[in-house]
Amino acid sequence: MHYTFKIEQGNFTDAGQASSSVKRTMKQLGVRPENIKRTVVALFEAEINAVAHAYGGQIDVDIDGEKIVMVVADKGPGIPNIDLAMQEGYSTASPQVREMGYGAGMGLPNIKKNTDDLKIDTTVGVGTTVTMTVYLNN
Amino acid sequence: MKLSEIIEKLNLKCLNEANLDADITNAYSSDLLSDVMGNARSGQLWITMQTHKNVTAIAALKDIPAIIIVRNGVPDDDMLEHAKEEDICILVSSEAAFPVCGKLYELIK
Repeated sequence: MHYTFKIEQGNFTDAGQASSSVKRTMKQLGVRPENIKRTVVALFEAEINAVAHAYGGQIDVDIDGEKIVMVVADKGPGIPNIDLAMQEGYSTASPQVREMGYGAGMGLPNIKKNTDDLKIDTTVGVGTTVTMTVYLNN
Repeated sequence: MKLSEIIEKLNLKCLNEANLDADITNAYSSDLLSDVMGNARSGQLWITMQTHKNVTAIAALKDIPAIIIVRNGVPDDDMLEHAKEEDICILVSSEAAFPVCGKLYELIK
């Protein structure tokens, strides 16, 4: 099964719709609750990152009996230093985003903790593609 | 303890009635959304001063049955609307997070 969702820059109001829809589908498919929880944490964080930092993008989700693969691709500033971005507590979020309760530097670490495989392709000034895989049988 | 009893004992204002029979055995207090996303567990009550729609989005994803907004915070209209759609109980306390947590801890510890 394949799903596509659009990401709009700065549109926090609709953030979470992709995760919510994926959660519903996984429930219908009878995926184990732990795996649903891990998946939605990772996808929500990736979605929020793109809404907060990028100029728009797209989420592609593929799910089969074995795994769920989520690709969040954005057009944006890119990540100049991935090691720094992966550090808990490091954030480049704007004051407005921090006021909403984001920007604690926990997004990427949350994604790492909750996925079995994480790949980040980024080019400064072009954009970032985050590919997250959760295996459903473990 | 049943959510309805907690509402009564903590003198909370209920803006969206849902899950009143839920058995609450634990809670999570945080205003950092990624902290809640990463560390809160399903079934916990969430204490916060955040009042926008992403709060209910996270509560729905994490299966959090009820949210206490502290210090008489007023939820945004779209947050309340979303809480109705997702069956999340929205409660308001006139007190700050510290006394709310302390009293709740005494009730359900």
